[in-house]
Amino acid sequence: MVTLQDELVRTVVYEHPKALTEVPTHYCPGCTHGIAHRLVAEVIDELDIREHTVVVVPVGCAVFAYDYFNLDGVEAPHGRAPAMATGIKRSLRDRIVFTYQGDGDLAAIGTAEIIHAAARGENITTVFINNAIYGMTGGQMAPTTLPGQQTTSSPRGRDIRLAGNPLRITELLAQIDGTCYAVRRSLHSVREIRRAKKALMTAFRTQVNGLGFSIVELLSSCPTNWGITPPDSLKWIEDNMVPFYPLNDFKVSDSVLTMESGA
Amino acid sequence: MTAQLMKGNVAIAEAAVRAGLQAYFGYPITPQTELLEHLAMRMVELDRVFVQAESEVAAINMVYGAACAGVRTMTSSSSPGVSLMQEGFSYIAASEIPCVIVDMMRGGPGLGNIQPSQGDYFQVTRSAGHGDYRPIVLGPASVQEAIDLTILAFDLADKYRHLVFVVGDGLIGQMMEPAVMPEMRPIRPHPDWAVDGAVGRPKRIITSLNLTTEGCEQANKRIQARLQIIRENEQRSAEYDTEDARILIIGYGTAGRVAQSSVKMARQMGLPVGLLRPITLWPFPEDRLRSLVDNGVEAILVVEMNAGQMIEDVRLVVGRDVPVELHGRMGGAVPLPDDIVEQVQEIAAQIGLTRASVV
Ligand SMILES: Cc1ncc(C[n+]2csc(CCOP(=O)(O)OP(=O)(O)O)c2C)c(N)n1
Ligand code: SF4
Repeated sequence: MVTLQDELVRTVVYEHPKALTEVPTHYCPGCTHGIAHRLVAEVIDELDIREHTVVVVPVGCAVFAYDYFNLDGVEAPHGRAPAMATGIKRSLRDRIVFTYQGDGDLAAIGTAEIIHAAARGENITTVFINNAIYGMTGGQMAPTTLPGQQTTSSPRGRDIRLAGNPLRITELLAQIDGTCYAVRRSLHSVREIRRAKKALMTAFRTQVNGLGFSIVELLSSCPTNWGITPPDSLKWIEDNMVPFYPLNDFKVSDSVLTMESGA
Repeated sequence: MTAQLMKGNVAIAEAAVRAGLQAYFGYPITPQTELLEHLAMRMVELDRVFVQAESEVAAINMVYGAACAGVRTMTSSSSPGVSLMQEGFSYIAASEIPCVIVDMMRGGPGLGNIQPSQGDYFQVTRSAGHGDYRPIVLGPASVQEAIDLTILAFDLADKYRHLVFVVGDGLIGQMMEPAVMPEMRPIRPHPDWAVDGAVGRPKRIITSLNLTTEGCEQANKRIQARLQIIRENEQRSAEYDTEDARILIIGYGTAGRVAQSSVKMARQMGLPVGLLRPITLWPFPEDRLRSLVDNGVEAILVVEMNAGQMIEDVRLVVGRDVPVELHGRMGGAVPLPDDIVEQVQEIAAQIGLTRASVV
């Protein structure tokens, strides 16, 4: 007779994704980089593409992501991940290639590379971590830093008369013909994390189906450089970032809709 | 195989194709644009990769990606574009992966002009980016040599997992000369370090990050040891009339070609002049130069299309053993054979060589 006990033991409720290694990460407590890694790894496992995927990691806090993903990987110069990914994808057409980039990396020094990767319709996927700050270098202003937000290089709060307004890069990329999928999600709650995973799944599937450039922006925390506790930083995302960076689908091309409808 | 009339830039591009170039990334800039244009047609025709990048910064990083993926790859540019690529060169050198870069140098600094120049000698033979390393640098002086050295560049890049430059200028790039193109070579398989998907094997990583002092110093030592092997084995040069030369002209590429005419003229005047034409600018042909100086050369004239860059390498080899003079033209000016001969005559007089004393 099978008892309820046996049944429970046999049901896997948690597993370490094969696409993640088992080394502890160096991320600060409460940093959502780790959640983003896990979501990407789960998607890769579910699509069964681990052996066919190459990750391009950025200069930024995620520079060691190649240690955490159990994937072939390269480390790009600051901002140049989309160019490296282009070189890799064009050379290995049957491989899945994705970049994982922070907001300094992607929205400041690497704007030309990301825009032109999208413009060429490179069949790659970008996971864009927007934490409104430069994490690795110790909390300077990023292009995504909110108006009035204090950073070490905007000590009195970002003054838009001096530093301009934040850049909503995913909306920008959605305007480009070569982009097939451009959405923003957040990592501040369980519900949003679930939605983020679904978006990542769609993005990787667009690549598997050869539909063009896809990007998922993830609003992410940096408790260390925001100078607040991990729980407060999740609340800070919800209260301050989400109103400025709406969690929308900015582009879902017809080809993606067709893919999603299973046609 | 018969010789065909070919333009330098096109010849280099086609030679790269024949060498098994699988992925080219570049950005238009005079005087190398025909190279990019030829590949725009040929690579697509052969179902190979051609991308016109949004900048030289992007181009070198695409090359970096393709090289990591394990394919034969290259980019081409001219001086200002090469300046922009410096960070990428450094990452590639640190990652110990092969690629080929063509630099058709032009007059500088700044936007300068598009005339022939050798103003990038420092930029390419020194570290070509931050950190300690030197790329292999090949300097052809004819269309045929440009073809042969392009093929060699890919082989050396693979052999040493290192960056290899082929450097010329507008003159080498634009001139038409008869040359023989080699047969098409088969595409080489991916090397066993390539990051091409961990199918049935542990994952591989290519990174230039090395946070610990010991790790970074160790990586530097490995690179330096490899460079030492290159230095000992890959010095190349050509020579003309050096057997009994007492005055040695040293010049590479276009300057070397012009200097060869000067040697002929000086010989007709009865002056014992020879030419050493470095083919590898790094490693500089120091062994050959040393032996020429040890065997009768009494003075050296370095001919360059710059304010004197290679002359530093010459001085490192010969020290104060013999006088070393410069004949340098800048801003896109090409040295004239007569002017070089004039300076040779002055040197001859200084070291007590007269026409009578040598005939
Ligand atoms: C060419 C270059 N410029 C500057 C740096 C220094 N740098 C390292 S990380 C970084 C910012 C990273 O911030 P972000 O992309 O937002 O990622 P995060 O660390 O927040 O995840 C900077 C400016 C560098 N490594 N290379
Ligand atoms: S500095 Fe910020 S972004 Fe970097 S690991 Fe720490 S919390 Fe995360």
